Amino acid sequence: MEPTVSFFSGFQPSDLCFLAEAAWRTLLISVLSISIGTVLGVVFGWMIYEGKWPADLTLGAVLDVFRSVPLIIQLVLFYNFAPIIGLNLDPFLSGVVVLSVYCASLVANVARGGMEAVGLPMRRAARSLGLSYWQDLRFVVLPIGGRAVFPSWVGVALGVMKDSALVSVLGYIELLKASQILITRTQEPLLILTLAGAFYFALSYPISRYAATLEKRWAT
Amino acid sequence: MFDYNFHWRPVMKSLPDLLEAGLVTLQVAALSMIIGVVIGLALALIRMHMRGPVKWLASAWVELARNTPALFQLFFFGFGLGAVGIHMSPYVIVLSALSFNCAGYLAENFRGGFQAIPDTQLRAARSLGMTVWQSYTRVIIPQVFRIVYHPLTNQIVWAVLKSSLGMLVGFRELSGEPQALASRTYRIFEYFAVTAVIYYVIVKIILGASRLLAARLFRY
Repeated sequence: MEPTVSFFSGFQPSDLCFLAEAAWRTLLISVLSISIGTVLGVVFGWMIYEGKWPADLTLGAVLDVFRSVPLIIQLVLFYNFAPIIGLNLDPFLSGVVVLSVYCASLVANVARGGMEAVGLPMRRAARSLGLSYWQDLRFVVLPIGGRAVFPSWVGVALGVMKDSALVSVLGYIELLKASQILITRTQEPLLILTLAGAFYFALSYPISRYAATLEKRWAT
Repeated sequence: MFDYNFHWRPVMKSLPDLLEAGLVTLQVAALSMIIGVVIGLALALIRMHMRGPVKWLASAWVELARNTPALFQLFFFGFGLGAVGIHMSPYVIVLSALSFNCAGYLAENFRGGFQAIPDTQLRAARSLGMTVWQSYTRVIIPQVFRIVYHPLTNQIVWAVLKSSLGMLVGFRELSGEPQALASRTYRIFEYFAVTAVIYYVIVKIILGASRLLAARLFRY
């Protein structure tokens, strides 16, 4: 075995473009799934909160399944199940569906926690001031509860962004899959993996730090 | 539309193999948790009490583990280290990547736990004549574990779920086994459906056991 690893042979500048494009795809699928998942998750969370135990036993239990089965299994299952019921989805769409539902199952918990964080006296006060139910949700629960769980939502969103790497098992060429392809060609795993890791880190670290400072500021 | 015939027989035939693979998953998850707890404690203490390069190293560990995808970490331990001549078996790759990941997440949990314990506890223990080691192991850390008990339980579940990534480096645990088996019979959906059920049961058992244990440990 060669004792020295030469880092820059075989890796061309055009490969950087390939990686950048893949990074863009990672962003695309993450943002799309997180957006859909958040909207769905808030609705689910609200349903579980309002539906009390019947909703918790039905919807809550179903969502719990998505939190208790590895995402990679969910992806493989859905990708192989969709054609059975006659849906021919490409890897991107399958990834979006699975990631969105996964994200929604996590956000539902967060959203419910946020609604529970708003005290019942506060809600009653809002209603007795003449606010309608929806006004109460919009002007009381959303600002107070939303603020309480915003950091956990950021955590979930970043988690989904990182988990979007798993869509590579379906053949969707996102950042990690692209780096694997490049590794196969150039045989320089360290350099390419470092580039890919740096991208995830550059995206995730500032946001998580920002959420942490927000949390600290709001706590006081 | 629905012209797919489900074949469950090959799956049922290999159910013992799957359950055995489930034990491998549990073993890897448990080992990585033990390693993760030890390293995580050390990382949290180093980040709180030390300065200089050691602290930077610990911080880098925690931030890297938390801000990059687990799959990236797995590839790094697998292919990245392979490039510099460190070749490991899939088992060791998954175990080390998972431990790296767990330690990073747990370090943050532990840090929160340590911060929740007032300084006076340490001073009281010290003034009772305990050494630093004694006051940590007998006074501080038991309380920290009580505080981080639920995050710790979640982390165990995450470790089980994340170990499923092992299938991508050829590790035959609960995800790799059905993949290998399915490639022989091509009953991918059936195999992974059963696998998902096994994961779900494992997670439920862990959560139930931790709840029972909590009731037993935390009665005052």
